[in-house]
Amino acid sequence: MIRSIAARDQAIRLVERAGAMRREAVARRARRHNPIVPPDNVAGRAMVLVIAIMTFLSCLTLGAVTLVRDTAATWQTQISREATIQIKPADGLDMEAALAEARRVASRYNGVRSASIVDPAATARLLEPWLGPGLDIDELPVPRLIIVTIDPVERPDFNAMRAELAQAVPSAILDDHRTWVDRLVTMARTTVTIGMSVLALMLSATALTVIFATRGAMAGNGHVIEVLHLVGAEARFIAREFRRHFLLAGTRGAAAGGVAAIIVFVLFSWWSSRNVATPEGDQAAALFGNFAIGMSGYLGVGLIVLLIAVLTAITSHITVIAYLRRIET
Amino acid sequence: MGPEVLRDVSFQLPERSFQFLSGPSGTGKTTLLRLLFMSLKPTRGLITIFGKDRSKITREELPLMRRRIGVVFQDFRLLDHLTTYENVALPLRVRGREEANYRADVVELLKWVGLGDRMHVFPPVLSGGEKQRAAIARALIEQPQILLADEPTGNVDPQLARRLLRLLIELNRLGTAVVIATHDIGLMDQVDARRMILSGGRLEIYD
Repeated sequence: MIRSIAARDQAIRLVERAGAMRREAVARRARRHNPIVPPDNVAGRAMVLVIAIMTFLSCLTLGAVTLVRDTAATWQTQISREATIQIKPADGLDMEAALAEARRVASRYNGVRSASIVDPAATARLLEPWLGPGLDIDELPVPRLIIVTIDPVERPDFNAMRAELAQAVPSAILDDHRTWVDRLVTMARTTVTIGMSVLALMLSATALTVIFATRGAMAGNGHVIEVLHLVGAEARFIAREFRRHFLLAGTRGAAAGGVAAIIVFVLFSWWSSRNVATPEGDQAAALFGNFAIGMSGYLGVGLIVLLIAVLTAITSHITVIAYLRRIET
Repeated sequence: MGPEVLRDVSFQLPERSFQFLSGPSGTGKTTLLRLLFMSLKPTRGLITIFGKDRSKITREELPLMRRRIGVVFQDFRLLDHLTTYENVALPLRVRGREEANYRADVVELLKWVGLGDRMHVFPPVLSGGEKQRAAIARALIEQPQILLADEPTGNVDPQLARRLLRLLIELNRLGTAVVIATHDIGLMDQVDARRMILSGGRLEIYD
């Protein structure tokens, strides 16, 4: 009996406590101000979605351009890091001595890191796709190669090297890959220019879309601007309230788009690192490098997100001021 | 530029005065109120408000001048996403006042207009009369020097209309000049006050 009374008292106390908590929650809710700018309506939510999509596409474009630019730079440096000395066989030429002499000449120059002779076995492997297996290289008048690895920053004086080689080993030809490098530089520059143009178009389209979506979302708020104006709010107060609201909404959309783009980059990067030894992976790596957009790419994504959020806020500010001027006439 | 709505209109609103602005629909009552509230510029003529020439009031000065005038709109102009309390407190909030400093005043005013138990309700669930009282409370919260009311009893039954009128008379006794635009003759007959009748764009005044 006593136990049941105690349990009943405890239950009553619990109910009373729950009631008090509920009343306090209601009072707290009542005390909290609703924002002056109404929460997002359909047009507002559509604006956030449009901003997210356009930011995503802009960031992808930026990432692609960064990738192409980095890859083009890698192609250039890889090719310009090497030069080749070719020695043609000739009557009475001691090929091994000529190779050693040419290598000695090349190694003396500043900017040459190493010079290595491609041995007969490696030369045979190079020719195997054309001449077939089981090739006896000594039976054929095959030119021999010396690979000269050079410092891409401090390049050797190729003209002097060429002149000295012509004196020391007349049948030697020095190829510094200049023609290839020049063509690649032109191609890479064209590719990067095209990429930059596409990025500029994409950013312009994004800016216009963001402006129109913001204006669309603002259209439903005309009565709010008007009432605030009529109760004596100063233009800068109204503009600040809307700017803050749209900066937050724009940041929300732009950040979602930017994060989605970064996830795509990370996924590609992860995929390419997993497939590093497979034919698909090698093919992709040959074309696009290692799929990492690097710190500059991530900073670019951050900058786009920031720009779009600021653009949304500026558009809302201009719309408020224009609306106020219109109703004040 | 459209046709002239008001012509040769000349009058003065003394301090602490009480007047009705009447006339058939479409004669320019709302236009005249908008001119007084400075939300419309006259194409010609002179309006002096609180001793200042309307045409010399700058865009920056307008909100500060407006704070001395309370307006009750025919269509209430309440914001649906704010509670009754927040709508009434809006003029104070836009001035950057701290809520702790005005909360008691707003609650007291809401009780005075009979909305004490509807404070935390949103306008869409208020009746026409409740909206009207909320709109009046919002116009009064800053204790304006002039109150302009456009058809303040247009949406309510006669009993509530009398109650609202008593509210406005009480406000006038506390020192506010009141202008009530109405075409309700019955309402005007309840108070012995100045009548300003607009007809054909001209104004006749019966003291």
